[in-house]
Amino acid sequence: MTQSQVQVDSVSHAAATPEAPQPYRELGLKDDEYARIREILGRRPTDAELAMYSVMWSEHCSYKSSKVHLSYFGETTTDEMRSVMLAGIGENAGVVSIGDDWAVTFKVESHNHPSYVEPYQGAATGVGGIVRDIMAMGARPIAVGDPLRFGPIDADDTGRVLPGIVAGVGGYGNCLGLPNVAGEVVFDPSYAGNPLVNALCVGALKTEDLHLAFASGTGNKIILFGATTGLDGIGGVSVLASETFDSESGGSGRKKLPSVQVGDPFTEKVLIECCLELFAAGLVVGIQDLGGAGLSCATSELASAGDGGMHVDLDAVPLRATGMTAAEILSSESQERMCAVVTPENVEAFLAVCRKWDVLASVIGEVTDGDRLVITSGGETVVDVPPRTVAHEGPVYRRPVARDDDRQDALNADTPDRLPRPETPSELRAEILRLAAAPNLASRSWVTEQYDRYVRGNTVAAHGADAGIVQVDEETGRGIAVATDCNARFVALDPYTGAQLALAEAYRNVATSGAVPLAVTDCLNFGSPEDPHVMWQFQQAVRGLADACAVLGTPVTGGNVSFYNQTGTTAILPTPVVGVLGVIDDVSTAVPSGFAGSDGDVVVLLGTTGAEFGGSEWAHEVHGHLGGRPPAVDLEHERRLAGLLAATAADGALTGSHDLSDGGLAQGLVEAALAGNRGARIDLAGVHDDTFVALFAESAGRVLVTVDAATADAFLARAAEAGVPAARIGETGGTRLDLGDAVGGLGLDELRAAWEATLPARFGPVAV
Amino acid sequence: MITFPGTLDDVDAARAVRRAGAEAVPLWHADHDLRGVDAVVVPGGFSYGDYLRAGAIASLAPIMREVVDAAGRGLPVLGICNGFQILCEAHLLPGALVANAGLHFLCRDLVLTVENGRTAWTGDYAAGAELLVPLKSQEGRYVADAATLDELEGEGRVVFRYRDGAPNGSARDIAGITNPAGNVVGLMPHPEHATSTLTGPSDDGLGLFTSVLSATVAAAS
Repeated sequence: MTQSQVQVDSVSHAAATPEAPQPYRELGLKDDEYARIREILGRRPTDAELAMYSVMWSEHCSYKSSKVHLSYFGETTTDEMRSVMLAGIGENAGVVSIGDDWAVTFKVESHNHPSYVEPYQGAATGVGGIVRDIMAMGARPIAVGDPLRFGPIDADDTGRVLPGIVAGVGGYGNCLGLPNVAGEVVFDPSYAGNPLVNALCVGALKTEDLHLAFASGTGNKIILFGATTGLDGIGGVSVLASETFDSESGGSGRKKLPSVQVGDPFTEKVLIECCLELFAAGLVVGIQDLGGAGLSCATSELASAGDGGMHVDLDAVPLRATGMTAAEILSSESQERMCAVVTPENVEAFLAVCRKWDVLASVIGEVTDGDRLVITSGGETVVDVPPRTVAHEGPVYRRPVARDDDRQDALNADTPDRLPRPETPSELRAEILRLAAAPNLASRSWVTEQYDRYVRGNTVAAHGADAGIVQVDEETGRGIAVATDCNARFVALDPYTGAQLALAEAYRNVATSGAVPLAVTDCLNFGSPEDPHVMWQFQQAVRGLADACAVLGTPVTGGNVSFYNQTGTTAILPTPVVGVLGVIDDVSTAVPSGFAGSDGDVVVLLGTTGAEFGGSEWAHEVHGHLGGRPPAVDLEHERRLAGLLAATAADGALTGSHDLSDGGLAQGLVEAALAGNRGARIDLAGVHDDTFVALFAESAGRVLVTVDAATADAFLARAAEAGVPAARIGETGGTRLDLGDAVGGLGLDELRAAWEATLPARFGPVAV
Repeated sequence: MITFPGTLDDVDAARAVRRAGAEAVPLWHADHDLRGVDAVVVPGGFSYGDYLRAGAIASLAPIMREVVDAAGRGLPVLGICNGFQILCEAHLLPGALVANAGLHFLCRDLVLTVENGRTAWTGDYAAGAELLVPLKSQEGRYVADAATLDELEGEGRVVFRYRDGAPNGSARDIAGITNPAGNVVGLMPHPEHATSTLTGPSDDGLGLFTSVLSATVAAAS
């Protein structure tokens, strides 16, 4: 089939056939949304316009259910917080200044549903998409990370989904040459039919090289470069296409291409180097990546953010399939494509750089002096719209928000107090070992050994550390630290506090590594926004997160909302994954994770421990229990704690450190000992009167540090001065974790065997 | 330092060369010009996406024809990871690299033993020295027929072995080999990622780069 055989639904044809039925409902538009499009245009939309509006007004692109809540982030951002931000929410990714004229851009995004349908490609293109967002800011991507969540480890489907997703993340990221330095792997039954695949990318740039997505300057050219455009990744729009093609033979078979996109990391790697050379040569006025909603999104957002109109000719778009309609070209989500605005005199130089890298590039249009986005195909005008109505003025919903009191009160009333606790030394030791081997706490090496953490040679800390640390400037040693966290069980028990705990943990992880926390990105994974209880969870989590950011002085610079994560009517645990970025003046002062110093170092526990077990890993792993209240959060304490850690790390006073979170002190000690391959003798009486509480409580705001014995008193004095509770609880050395008479000791060999066996036992050995 | 489209570890190899005290000169895959360099490093990555077969397309690139000729005249050439694959595909070294026995990409720090301290790239090491370096590859399993393996071992051309067994299933735990003249060396693990204790597991890998510098300076004087 050729283009000429396709009946083009032009603007004039649409005006002449106002009553032609259109499949707007199949495309996900509501009656009133369709009516509004007709009102905006003063006629019915063409097929191409309908395709554009339907994808751009989708929940994914328009944030129509979340917008009214997300505005709270802006309302709570103070001038002080804004002072570090060079670009914020609404850009492809937020940008913050880290000093010495360096800026860093970072963002986390979801690719949940595609990764369930096709784990490898879904996860791979999730990495590809976030990396292009970072490139679109003018930055060189320097690191990636992947917070992942799956159903129960022993569920059959987890055996299909997890290996595919891990291989996809690795396959794409490794081939791109980006070190994978952070992430999470969490198992919970609520993710069984809906795994969460969130992808984080960090990029670095000189402040003056910042590029924003806008099209301005009448006569400037629009250049599409990268891969060709095909039929892959066309979701709902294939409905419309099928309508158009109904009477044509051969029209239906080819529509059954998968709606999950297929990634080509080699093309993206070349695209990265090509983009950076274009930026360095000053050939780019504005740039936008093509991700969700493809050209519809890129052209309407560029035009909407600029000061003029835009004309695009679809005949100039290189295609990889024949007979594609205008609607299909506009909504294709073929990967590895970017769109740039270039001055006419720079076009030839731009194309020459693309040729050097064997990157296909085509001038597809130009900036006009009008205020319309006009798109032509086969000589006919198929789109003529005000771009803001597509990109920025989509529908806004105030969905019903209602706490389901019966459900939530029952959850909060079912406290862990009723759960039987281990008492004897052998029972306590058995539960320490059980937690060390628990799916949520066991070694992640099976996953992280499939990721390249070394490439580019700037990785100072990666998996297993509290935060990933990457050097940005080789001369000065300036670098960044990044961590992502979310205990979704805490969020389920209390979305406001739970979201704050997620932020506090990521913030603390960054501080524990020796960096100063600077800014926040989030990936808000929730169930259906049409469920008022889910919307209540969402609203509470957003408020909790924003309020906590204001206390900690760390602005949210960007992120992503992912709704409809549920199986039938059962939503996932509300999972606002929070990523915190920190800056470290000299990466050589980064604090190694665990008992990394010398035998005889003093172990100090910072923070206080209370009998807090609601949502704990102990309750989940040992009793399958979720109920009660999450731990209390004290943000002022977190801020003081981070200040103490940053100051003492910069002075070289800390020989090692480790944040306490899931699994409490017991798991923190196990991880610290195994990381440094060094035992310790610990006095739990200095932690809490009740040995069980001392070991397994998950009180927030706690960090283990080690200091040289000669400086221990001075360190404790600094902690007191900073207002941070600190207890000397033991010293490092030997090959055992000796926990005193109430518990006894555990050999590192025994702990390591338990900790390392779980994932390989389930998924097979990663190597021979 | 050759960059193909899809080369990833070129910046790291260039840094290692500088740390060893030499000047790193970038070479472009599509050129025929070796720019008068004293040694060539073919770095790791996924040249041309490693489509067809890892290293297969890169081995036919214009710059590789120059490298093959120059290697025949004794120019020191080091292939790391994808570079090792390329040197095998270009027939500068025997055998081939196939998918890891575990069928997963594997990134792990491990110990290599130096079996041959007399090549252009290992002169600064004593035979038997142990190096802690990262391995990171998907197709890192070295294979060759028994006669070739016997010949490599018989002639002392196995340069590096995995001390604790090859996690990728490489034949006879071979991690790296050399040509009969000892100027061309290929290995799967990444010595250029072990040139600083801050960003690598050790600085044990720096010796490859100082070795070639010593050999070049000695030859010139």
